[in-house]
Amino acid sequence: MTTTAFGRRRSHRPNAVVNMALGLAGIAGLLLVWELVTRTGIIDPRFLPPASEVLVRFASMLRDLQFWREVGETMTSWAIGLAIAVVAGTIAGFAIGSSRFLERATRSTIEFLRPIPSVALIPLAVLLFGTKMQSSLLLIVYASFWQVLIQVIYGTLDVDPVANETARSYRLGRLQRIRHVVWPTTLPYLITGIRLAASVALILAITAELIIGTPGLGKAISDSQSGGDVVGVYAYILATGLIGVLVNLVARLVERRTLAWHTSIRSELAL
Amino acid sequence: MTPEPSGAAARPLLVVEHLKKVYPTATGGVEAVRDLHFSVPEGQLVCIVGPSGAGKTTLLKCIAGLLPITSGRIELLGEAITAPPKAMAVVFQEYGRSLFPWMSVEANVELPLKSAGVSKPERRAAAADALHAVGLDDAGGKYPWQLSGGMQQRVAIARALAYKPKVLIMDEPFAAVDAQTRADLEDLIRVIWKQLGVTILFVTHDIDESVYLGERVVVLSNSPTVVQDDVVIDLPAERDQLTTRSHPQFAALRSHIYEQIQRAKHNRGTETASTPTVLRRH
Ligand SMILES: Nc1ncnc2c1ncn2[C@@H]1O[C@H](COP(=O)(O)OP(=O)(O)OP(=O)(O)O)[C@@H](O)[C@H]1O
Ligand SMILES: [Mg+2]
Repeated sequence: MTTTAFGRRRSHRPNAVVNMALGLAGIAGLLLVWELVTRTGIIDPRFLPPASEVLVRFASMLRDLQFWREVGETMTSWAIGLAIAVVAGTIAGFAIGSSRFLERATRSTIEFLRPIPSVALIPLAVLLFGTKMQSSLLLIVYASFWQVLIQVIYGTLDVDPVANETARSYRLGRLQRIRHVVWPTTLPYLITGIRLAASVALILAITAELIIGTPGLGKAISDSQSGGDVVGVYAYILATGLIGVLVNLVARLVERRTLAWHTSIRSELAL
Repeated sequence: MTPEPSGAAARPLLVVEHLKKVYPTATGGVEAVRDLHFSVPEGQLVCIVGPSGAGKTTLLKCIAGLLPITSGRIELLGEAITAPPKAMAVVFQEYGRSLFPWMSVEANVELPLKSAGVSKPERRAAAADALHAVGLDDAGGKYPWQLSGGMQQRVAIARALAYKPKVLIMDEPFAAVDAQTRADLEDLIRVIWKQLGVTILFVTHDIDESVYLGERVVVLSNSPTVVQDDVVIDLPAERDQLTTRSHPQFAALRSHIYEQIQRAKHNRGTETASTPTVLRRH
C-alpha cells in the first residue's frame, strides 16, 4: 500500500517535469546540430539554411499580417472540413453500428473505399472546383471521414451486453438506450476519432494547398520554393509543424477533460 | 413428502409452464432448458440452485423477458411475459458491467425511474431511500468505479429497490464478493424481503446460501434442464448467520440439497419433481 502511494507520488509530478526538461533539451540539441552542420558546411546552406536564420525569419513572419491570413485560410478549410467529417462520420457510424444489417451490408464497401488515399482524388477535386477552397474540403473530408466513421462503428459495437440488458430489463426504449448506453460508450471512440481526424485533416489541408494551389500555408510553401526563398520554405514548414503540435495538444486536452470517468476506469484496470 | 399448506393457498404470482429454451446456433441449436415447470406464490423468497451450465441464467433471462422462449409459457400476474415486465427488476451477476460508469451512483439508481417518467423530486427521494436501505447514504455523488465490489453490488440492489418491483430477480449476485461482505449482503436481502414484501428469485450455486436465504429451494438438473427437486426450507423466519447455520435442520437440508445436486449433475432432463419435498425434522 505504502509502496504504491510512494511509487505513484514519485512517478507523477516530478516525472512530468523531467519529461518536459528532456523534451526541451532534445529540441535544443536538434537545433544545435542543425546550426552546426550548416555552419561547418557539412550540408550545403542552399538546401538547408542555418537554424538561426530560419528562426529569425519565422519570428518576423509572426509580425506579418500576410502570414496570419494564410494561417487563417488553412485553418478555415481545416475546421470546416473536420466539422463536416465529424458530423457525417458520427451519424453514419451510429446508423451502421446500430443495425446488424447495415453493418454487414456496408463492411466491404468501407473496406474498399477507406484505403483510397485522399491525394488520389486531387484530379477529381481540380476538375470539380479548380483552386477554390472546396477542392481542399473534398480531400480533407474524404480523409478524415473514415477516421471518425471507423471509430464510431467500433464504439457502437463495443456496447457491453450486460449494460444493454440492464437497460432493457428496466424498460428503456431504443432511443433511451442510445442516449444513456450507446452514446456514452461510443463517446471515447468518437473523441479518439476526432483527434486522429484533426491531424489527418491538417495534413490534407496543407497537401491540397501545396499541390492544387488553394490559398493557405501550403501554397505559401510552394510559392517560396518557386521564388527561390529557401529560408522562407523552412520557416513555413516550421509553422505547419507547430500548428500540428498545437492541434494534437488541444485534442488530447479535450479528450482528457470530457472522459474523466473513462480514463479513471482505465487507470483502475491498469493498477 | 407432504405438500406445504401455505404455498398452495396463495395464488401464484409467477408461473413457469413447460418452459423450453433452445439457443439457435449455426450447428442446429443448444437445448439449454428442456421442460421446466414451477410456480412462485406472491411474497416468497425462492432460491434456485443447479450445477454450472444448468441453465439458471437462461431461465432468469426468459422470466425477465430478455430472451424469447422456444415453447411453453411464463406468466406474471396471469399475463404472459414477452418483454421485460414493469413489475420486475433484475440484479445481474456482473455488477461491474451492469452499473453505468459514466453516471454517478445516484444517477444510476435514478435512471430507470427517469425513463419511466417519474418526476425529479420523486426519483431523488426514491434513490435516497434505496441507497439508505442498502447502507450507502453517502455514496450517491460518487462514481461506481470509486466503490468496492460489495458496495457496487449494493448500488445495483438499490437501483432495483428504487424501481419498486413486485418481483426481484437476482443471478448469483454475491458470487464475486468476499465471505464477510457476502454474509452482510445475505442478511440485507432477508431484511429487504421482510420489509418490502417483494417476491424474490435468487439464483446461487452456493448450497449454504440457498438454505440460509430461502423459504424454498428449487434444484435444477444438468442442462437440458428440468426441476430436479423442490425443497421447502422450514427454518425459523428469524435467521442469523451463527444460530441458523448451526441449526440441525440446516445441516439436514444442506446435505439433502447437496445430494440432489450430485444427482443433478448426472441427470439430464429425465426426472421431474412435481410436489415440494419437506424433510422430516430430526
Ligand atoms: N447465447 C448462447 N448461445 C448458445 N448457448 C448458450 C448461450 N448461453 C448459454 N448457452 C448454453 O446454455 C446452457 C445454460 O447456460 P446458462 O448460462 O443458463 O447456465 P447457468 O446455469 O447460468 O451456469 P452458471 O452457473 O455457470 O452461471 C449452457 O450449456 C450454455 O452453454
Ligand atoms: Mg449463470
